Amino acid sequence: MKTTLTVNGEAHEVTHDPRRSLLDTLRDDLRLTGTKKGCDHGQCGACTVLLNGERVNSCLCLTAMHDGDEVTTIEGIGSPERLSALQKAFVEKDGYQCGFCTPGQIMSATAMLREISEGAPSYVSDDLEVPKLTDTEMAERMSGNLCRCSAYPLIREAIAMASEVSQ
Amino acid sequence: MYSFDFARPTSVADAVAALGQEDAQALSGGQTLIPTLKQRLASPSVLVSLSAIADLKGVSAEGGTLSIGAGTTHATVAAEAGAYPALAELAGQIGDPAVRNRGTIGGSIANNDPSACYPAAALGSGATIVTNSREIAADDYFQGMFTTALEEGEIITAVRFPIPEKAAYIKFQQPASRFALVGVYVSKGAGGVRVAVTGASNDGVFRWSEAEAALAGDFSAGAVEGLAAPSGADMISDLHGSGDYRAHLVKVLTKRAVAKANG
Repeated sequence: MKTTLTVNGEAHEVTHDPRRSLLDTLRDDLRLTGTKKGCDHGQCGACTVLLNGERVNSCLCLTAMHDGDEVTTIEGIGSPERLSALQKAFVEKDGYQCGFCTPGQIMSATAMLREISEGAPSYVSDDLEVPKLTDTEMAERMSGNLCRCSAYPLIREAIAMASEVSQ
Repeated sequence: MYSFDFARPTSVADAVAALGQEDAQALSGGQTLIPTLKQRLASPSVLVSLSAIADLKGVSAEGGTLSIGAGTTHATVAAEAGAYPALAELAGQIGDPAVRNRGTIGGSIANNDPSACYPAAALGSGATIVTNSREIAADDYFQGMFTTALEEGEIITAVRFPIPEKAAYIKFQQPASRFALVGVYVSKGAGGVRVAVTGASNDGVFRWSEAEAALAGDFSAGAVEGLAAPSGADMISDLHGSGDYRAHLVKVLTKRAVAKANG
């Protein structure tokens, strides 16, 4: 079957088996290997991408469900020459050890900072009107992205740094 | 995954027609079904994606009733169900943000996982499950673990919640999955007091009738204090907790939920 996707602003028509996951389409058909396959079951968050602007686990999306949708991957938010604020902050704060979860962390954090700037509360927010980017708030909002190296404190520092830059 | 054909209809009528094929399976957000397919625990002949049906999406409140399209994601319910705060709060605590952006209320209610949150909200609110062919009261809909009143090929189109005077949900969450180790949903409204428990029973979500009777005259945590916890003999027992532990949690969380509902 055929599906049309806009990935990082570029339209692609891919021919695929109905079983193809969006993750496999991105990595194997479009050769965008920045998005990582960790557990392939929606538990680790390494495959996080933005789907029509919202963060999702691309391993739990079938490509066939997304005809006409827009996808943004880690390759779409910056380049080695022009890093996004979050990418810069992860480098600056050393927000990783092995780096495998990092693209997912950065894509998830990209959406998370937007969500918080739009005033969307989480269930740990003290102030439901104007949620603040506390460590507790970040831990909850990033709970879908696991880091087996346990670089969480530095990941949070990087997110906090990027948040200050964007403000 | 085993091989399957794929259909993506844009209307409920076309989806019902597609689901008329033998061994067809409806697909909503896919946050449970896709992992199940990957583990080869399901082998549908055709997967009918409901994601392109605009009529199944949206939240609206009117005349004391909150109506949620079956294809509405948990994230949207959390953001837009402000008319029924206890329900919005429940939706905002399902899984993690990426899962909430895909998973849907209809998918959760159709699957009826014994540890899922939405079945407790539906049963605990006395909701109505609306399908392509009929309306089913929550009391008649949930029929045991992963078992519902849905017929083959029947699609949930919406869930209608009467907005109660008071309600609250408390779950003791499994920290990795955020499923309820035990979750208790209490409400007090025109239909009386309801106490629905998820995560505990091998028969799936159930109403704790002794607590409902005690709370009917005195809607306070103290009214539950004198009750014996329900029997743990037939409760889920796994590495996270024994049946007796879950039974104990049912009483503790019911008291907390009532206190929370009373503000």
